[in-house]
Amino acid sequence: MNEITQALKNKNAFIGFAVAGYPNFEKSAKYIVDMANAGADLIEIGIAFSDPSADGPTIMNADQKVLENGSKTEDVFRLITEIRKDTNVPLVFLTYTNPVFKYGYEKFLSKMKSLDVQGIIMPDMPLEEQEAFINIAQQYGRAFIQLVTLQSGNRLPKIVSHASGFIYVVSSLGITGSRHKLSNEANEIVTRIKELTDIPVAVGFGINTYDQAKLFSSADAIIVGSALVKIIEEHPDDATTYLTEFIQKMKGARNATN
Amino acid sequence: MTKKGYYGEYGGQFVPELLMPAINEVTEAFDKYKDDLTFKRELKDLFDNYANRPSMLYYAKNMSKDLGGAQIYLKREDLNHTGAHKINNVLGQALIAKRMGKTRLIAETGAGQHGVATATAAALFGMEAEIFMGKEDTERQALNVYRMELLGAKVHAVTTGTQVLKDAVNATFQDWTKRIDDTFYVLGSAVGPYPFPEMVKYFQSIISEEARSQFLEMTGRLPDAVLAAVGGGSNAIGAFAKFIDDSEVELIGIEAAGKGVNTQQTAATMALGTKGIFHGMKSQFLQSTDGQIDPVYSISAGLDYPGIGPEHVYLKEINRAKYVPITDDEAVAAFEYIAKTEGIVAAIESSHAVAYAMKIAPKMRKDQQIMVNLSGRGDKDVAAIARYKGVNIHE
Repeated sequence: MNEITQALKNKNAFIGFAVAGYPNFEKSAKYIVDMANAGADLIEIGIAFSDPSADGPTIMNADQKVLENGSKTEDVFRLITEIRKDTNVPLVFLTYTNPVFKYGYEKFLSKMKSLDVQGIIMPDMPLEEQEAFINIAQQYGRAFIQLVTLQSGNRLPKIVSHASGFIYVVSSLGITGSRHKLSNEANEIVTRIKELTDIPVAVGFGINTYDQAKLFSSADAIIVGSALVKIIEEHPDDATTYLTEFIQKMKGARNATN
Repeated sequence: MTKKGYYGEYGGQFVPELLMPAINEVTEAFDKYKDDLTFKRELKDLFDNYANRPSMLYYAKNMSKDLGGAQIYLKREDLNHTGAHKINNVLGQALIAKRMGKTRLIAETGAGQHGVATATAAALFGMEAEIFMGKEDTERQALNVYRMELLGAKVHAVTTGTQVLKDAVNATFQDWTKRIDDTFYVLGSAVGPYPFPEMVKYFQSIISEEARSQFLEMTGRLPDAVLAAVGGGSNAIGAFAKFIDDSEVELIGIEAAGKGVNTQQTAATMALGTKGIFHGMKSQFLQSTDGQIDPVYSISAGLDYPGIGPEHVYLKEINRAKYVPITDDEAVAAFEYIAKTEGIVAAIESSHAVAYAMKIAPKMRKDQQIMVNLSGRGDKDVAAIARYKGVNIHE
């Protein structure tokens, strides 16, 4: 968990995302390492789910492709083993509750520990349903990343009190994917969170341009998911240069703000 | 409920943080209005004077005689306004939405009956309605799509995933996350995060509340068995609810086996499913060992769902209810049988329950009685059944 804090706190950090196994196992491993080399401070590894209800079409299509290729949870673990040969960048899983539940909470968290994956995000496990999972996550020293939204209101202090790793602020209503217009309302939430905790705060959902990367100056990090998946979708065989340039551009935008 | 939101270990609220405030708002409103006398009076007035309640309990004399065993009674939810039990729940939820000041109703639909009911309530209350329906279902149930549009609703054909009911539920939840302030998700089945399973049960319980007193009045005693089709399980939970405490009444849910429980083309969640967490609830699902939700199949768009309401799994676990599969072929045979025997065109969903009655009635004594919940009428299915039978209809 400390690796996450060190990677993000006061760093104008950039968090990337990749769907494990997309477009295929080998390329996926390479592109994740490429992202780390390009300067991503932390990478979220998406474990594909058949019904990714918080995700927009870009990630949904990637998930579907991966599952059509026959990828299993164990393949994702194998992928992490490969990646870990080349990079120590902090990693967190992003998936839905069911694949983790089916694998078994304890078995899954134990596996995360042995693979050196520092945390996990499960968008369909809200505060009300987290207790059992968080207790085990703590035993294994894995972070459970809390999500906060513009709607969270008076739920915020309680969510923050259960947070570890970093706090994920959802920038706007709706699902993942690019937005033409993105307001900087989330900055206000970031400020409120910072009054309550020292845990790093990251803003995500809908960020895909240089100007949007500059919007959330108060956050320790921005999270970009769909835009990176889109690059891989458009350049499945040779995404390295595009990913690198994009990440460097977005990091540049972050550094230009502070 | 054993603890709030849970039936044994099943139920809960597994939804994104983005939706929790909206879900909590619905919970508060439901808790407030379910025991509110003015609310209940207004709902009863809508039931009696708009939806054509109470629905009759009809003694199916020809069927009973022909099958030669137990006496068969049909709870005629097909005679409700809009042609199915769905209207009971929709009027209740729409009334809550109205009290909450919401102006836009969204809903998923499989066979189209819930979508039609939601479009109807929206028209009645002067609200906007947007209905999400799997693209495959819009083709199977084209007539219902037009009905919804006629009622002023906007129908979205969902092209993601398997393009059926499951995907329509995903799409409706997604829409809700985009627009919360003025929007109420009218969930049609006894599934999803709390309070939906409980709220759907509450409004659908009118079925067993009426049936229980109708049985006592007509026959002097309760039925020996209550049969209802289950997809998500809304008509079944409504038909079971007021009989749950009557241990002498056997409760039987009939699920869609599609081409058979030994094939890949099935929707028999109870026979083949395993524990999982999906669509906001811990329940039983058809899924891979990796927790990926399986594509499912049934001739019935309304039963074509990979999960089931959490209370049904609980009722099964405590041995209070049992669940049995019926195939497409058996359901179609029952669809034709009840039409010819009783002059009733029943929904293909309800025909699954009729098919099971045909199996067990002959083995029962003549002094025993069965209630079959005839959840909907079958006009919507006529074209599809003709196709299934290889009959070419020119319209």
